[in-house]
Amino acid sequence: MKKYVFKRILTAVITLLIITFLLFTLVRIMPGNPFPSERMTDEAIAAKREEMGLNDNIFVQFWNYMKNVMKGDFGKGTSLYNGAPIKTVLGKSLANSFKIGGIAILLGTFVGLVLGVVAALNRDKFMDVFCSVVSILGVCVPAYVFLIFLQYNFAYKTTLLPYFFDSRRFFESTIIPSVSMSLFTMSTIARFTRNEMVEIMDSDYVLLAESKGMYGSKLITRHVLRNALIPVVTVLAPLVVDLLTGALVVEKIYGIQGIGKLMVDAISGEGIDYNYVLALGILYSALYIGIMLIVDLVYGLLDPRIRISSKGGDK
Amino acid sequence: MEEKDKILDIRDLDVSFRTSAGMIHALRGVNIDLYRGETVAIVGESGSGKSVSMKAAMGLMASNAVFNGGEVIFRYKDDNGEIKEVDILKQDKKWIRRNINGKHMAMVFQDPMTSLDPTMTIGKQITEGMIAHLGISKKEAWERAKGLLEEVGIVDAEKRMKNYPHQLSGGMRQRVVIAIALSCDPDLLICDEPTTALDVTIQAVIIDLIRKVQKERGISVIYITHDLGVVAKVADYVNVMYAGKIVEVGNVNEIFYEPAHPYTWGLLSAMPDLGTDDDRLYTIPGSPPNLLHDVKGDAFAARNPFALAIDEMEHPPMFKITETHSAATWLLDPRAPKVEMPEELKKRIERMRKEAE
Repeated sequence: MKKYVFKRILTAVITLLIITFLLFTLVRIMPGNPFPSERMTDEAIAAKREEMGLNDNIFVQFWNYMKNVMKGDFGKGTSLYNGAPIKTVLGKSLANSFKIGGIAILLGTFVGLVLGVVAALNRDKFMDVFCSVVSILGVCVPAYVFLIFLQYNFAYKTTLLPYFFDSRRFFESTIIPSVSMSLFTMSTIARFTRNEMVEIMDSDYVLLAESKGMYGSKLITRHVLRNALIPVVTVLAPLVVDLLTGALVVEKIYGIQGIGKLMVDAISGEGIDYNYVLALGILYSALYIGIMLIVDLVYGLLDPRIRISSKGGDK
Repeated sequence: MEEKDKILDIRDLDVSFRTSAGMIHALRGVNIDLYRGETVAIVGESGSGKSVSMKAAMGLMASNAVFNGGEVIFRYKDDNGEIKEVDILKQDKKWIRRNINGKHMAMVFQDPMTSLDPTMTIGKQITEGMIAHLGISKKEAWERAKGLLEEVGIVDAEKRMKNYPHQLSGGMRQRVVIAIALSCDPDLLICDEPTTALDVTIQAVIIDLIRKVQKERGISVIYITHDLGVVAKVADYVNVMYAGKIVEVGNVNEIFYEPAHPYTWGLLSAMPDLGTDDDRLYTIPGSPPNLLHDVKGDAFAARNPFALAIDEMEHPPMFKITETHSAATWLLDPRAPKVEMPEELKKRIERMRKEAE
């Protein structure tokens, strides 16, 4: 097990390194300029390029960049926020995105699981059909459309909730974006849980459990749910990353200063902010790889076939 | 004749399945009797309804099953030692799970690779039923389970209890499944092709094991199988099933030495055998009828070289040959022409008789 974890972490680090290098190169190959070029003379741009070392060999540049990143320094924005350190700006945005995303994940997973279980237990009956209609809607309707719908009904027509994100009313401000962002996760989890459960309820080992006299909630929790959750964890992972890293459009519309909005700003400003794009790219990849790693380890907890090698019984 | 203790009595069991293609008439009036301590085999090809009839008896039917009629009478001693008689079909699932499944009727399934829960230890899977039915403590159940594992021939029981199914071989897993089935000391053990998915070398071991526990515990066993070799070895009585009906019943000698139904002839001829001169294995021509459609007359008629004109029109009743032996074929009607079984099969039966002696 230790060896397995070590191997997984090593692969994760190497993967991250390769991704960073690719991002680093691609950003520089991209047409465009890292500076707010309309307000600068050609000489000023050339001087700035020289100052940032953009004329050096790409490997030298990468080496210098990585040295700083290792120290935790992602540099300064080349066109955003007048050169404030990225770390500070990113930290604040990350906190906002994580809070809203986190609530969305918890909500989506919980409601999704409940819907999925209810649908599976009422297979081919009204509740099953109802749940599948809800989950199809949830997958098809984009989060921002739902967001606008909620905004209209709960912030505009009845002023229960803030119309835009307001850090002074933080909790109330999270409700509309979290709920709308959780919709996709909820639907995906519901559909998946339902299908897995239905399949497992038809399996031989559930038949055996029934033949020993197991029924009702004991049968479901002990034999069905645990086995059904294993694949659900897999689909959950990418959804978690998506939600944590902020839904670009939702943040933009609701005016949340999160990393989704930051990403949009970094590429749609006057110049393409090399350092922000890179820092965000690394962050996204690290989160993704990290969560996949966690999922694999959680998998081991849920599934003894992965936890224990087939040769011996040692843990 | 002394009154034998009948524990299972399946009468005119008639079941259909609702499918997207239409209603499949899987069981068309099945009758099976089982007395205490005896072994009954149900043979027939895939789709003949062997497993379905036993699942019906266990109350394990899928939700798309429709019962058109019949009864499954099960007699057992309840907790107070009184003899009870229930019609399984009339009870709800919860009641059956609580009072019958595992406790009085247990089942061994075909494929041990898929019939154990992959995320639960062997120990837990064995003790689960005991804790639910016998009301004993976890610790006591654990001790009993160890004893059971030893009884089914698993060495190192203590260690195996903590193992997960994937750490065991197929043969071992089937032993575990048998241990689970025996855990609450059932009156009836239903074995649904218990050796089909196993290595040939393990098959005999598992069969011997089932026979051993049957003798020691005096339980009744129903074997579902298409392996006539197994039938000859274990069964007291044989039910031959075809297209959702029992077509021939008899004790094991009657079925093997004096088969009366052309389908049984076909099955016996199709058994691989070293003494046959033919270099090709006999197969019954054609395939079973599609039970989506109504079967008119004898379902086997289309594949039966000895079919009579009446077979196309009306299903034959069970003709009694001896007290224990009967078959559903018009050939036994006194008005029917005298038809003998094929010459090759006669020789084969002769050989079997000699081998048996």
